[in-house]
Amino acid sequence: MADELPPSLPRSFRRSLAIQTRVIWALILRELLTRYGRHNLGLFWLYVEPMMFTIGVTILWYAIGANHGSNLPIMAFALTGYSTILLWRNMPNRVVMAVSSNLALMYHRNVRVIDLFASRLLLEFISISSSFFFLTILFWFTGYMDPPEDLLELCGAWLMTAWFGASLALFLGAVGEKSELVEKLWHPLAYILFPLSGAAFIADAIPPGTREKMLLIPMVHCTEMVREAFFGSKIVAHYSVGYLLSWNLSLTIIGLAIERQLSREIIPE
Amino acid sequence: MILLDHVDKVYQTGHGPTQVLTDVNLQVMRGERLAIIGGNGAGKSTLIRIISGIEQPTRGVVDCRMRISWPLAFSGAFQGTLTGVDNVRFICRIYGQDWREALEFVEDFSQLGKYLKEPIKTYSSGMRARLAFAISMMIEFDCYLLDEVFAVGDARFQARCQEELFGKRGDRAFIIVSHDARFLFDHCERGSVLRSGVLTHYPSLVEAQESHDEYMRSGT
Repeated sequence: MADELPPSLPRSFRRSLAIQTRVIWALILRELLTRYGRHNLGLFWLYVEPMMFTIGVTILWYAIGANHGSNLPIMAFALTGYSTILLWRNMPNRVVMAVSSNLALMYHRNVRVIDLFASRLLLEFISISSSFFFLTILFWFTGYMDPPEDLLELCGAWLMTAWFGASLALFLGAVGEKSELVEKLWHPLAYILFPLSGAAFIADAIPPGTREKMLLIPMVHCTEMVREAFFGSKIVAHYSVGYLLSWNLSLTIIGLAIERQLSREIIPE
Repeated sequence: MILLDHVDKVYQTGHGPTQVLTDVNLQVMRGERLAIIGGNGAGKSTLIRIISGIEQPTRGVVDCRMRISWPLAFSGAFQGTLTGVDNVRFICRIYGQDWREALEFVEDFSQLGKYLKEPIKTYSSGMRARLAFAISMMIEFDCYLLDEVFAVGDARFQARCQEELFGKRGDRAFIIVSHDARFLFDHCERGSVLRSGVLTHYPSLVEAQESHDEYMRSGT
């Protein structure tokens, strides 16, 4: 048999990696199929879904001429703000309660909780990133905004935000399997965090005393970083990479620890 | 080889922890055929699920040195909203097997024809059983776990399943849970008895079965 273990040798890292890669790939394909099916736009929905949200919000803000405390073009402002929101809000949404609704898959020994999380997070990252990328190009070519000033910084800021979203998702997903309260509390919390996340304002426009309190919210750092990469010469961004990094690391480590414990307790159908 | 070393399993239930398996030790070599006998609620299914790796022991070690199947059953192991073909592809991808070849086998064995392209939730229970068994047979394992698997299906289908499993795969190891003593005698050499989560080994299946029958008669 192809995968036979040599007697008395432990599972090698390479073999485990090969198994995990093919399991995550299989889960991604399956998720695409169950979520979008083979009808109408099919796979294309992956990009269209987040794009519709962003375009909707952007048009709304443009129409009411939302006041965001700076003179940045409103389209660019909405795109950068709302896309970062999508990362930290949709990633947890996809993962919370994912295990209990997919218990049948755990019937196969190689499918673990972490694979289920990883496949969904990867898919969400690809979906939101490509929609963000496409809209940036579109708004740029139609003259509604300038291209990002610092592309490298944008990549860094985007990846840090994605990591934050993924680690938050890992944490909430794992805790959410232990207590249904998480799902009940996360949705209102995400809703309340929407206006506080820095999407609707720039930190510089806020009085210094309040600003410091606002900067306790990690999402504000994400948005500020992304905005600096886009309009660095026009705004003063307020963020700390170290602060966001410590959030990311803490959530990742605690999330992985709970996930590990969870995967020992789980009872598949 | 499969080795279970001092395995305990405790479930957290609404009325506190419930110990289902206590200090289970088990060794199954390549090609061996073991029957696991026990009354309702003795922990047989839990034991099978722990051997298969879909559940983890609370204490103790499970060491597997061969490819072990999922617990073969005529339900479960697939996704109702997907079609038969999609399920075949998904499971093949997980186990790293070529799905085209597997699909040919499934088409041939299940005889579901065009229904393979329909969602599984539209299948009758007989169709489901045929597909589930075909899917179980498309991945090659060194050890097959059977949990009351031959309780469903008509006589002809059962005969085909038995030929596929015990005929073509006669050299493999089997761990079989069943209340059907005849079935066990037909396919197993050795027997172990599970009583309230404690596993006792016997040198032969006859002794295991006798001990179990006596225990059941005593009504404890």
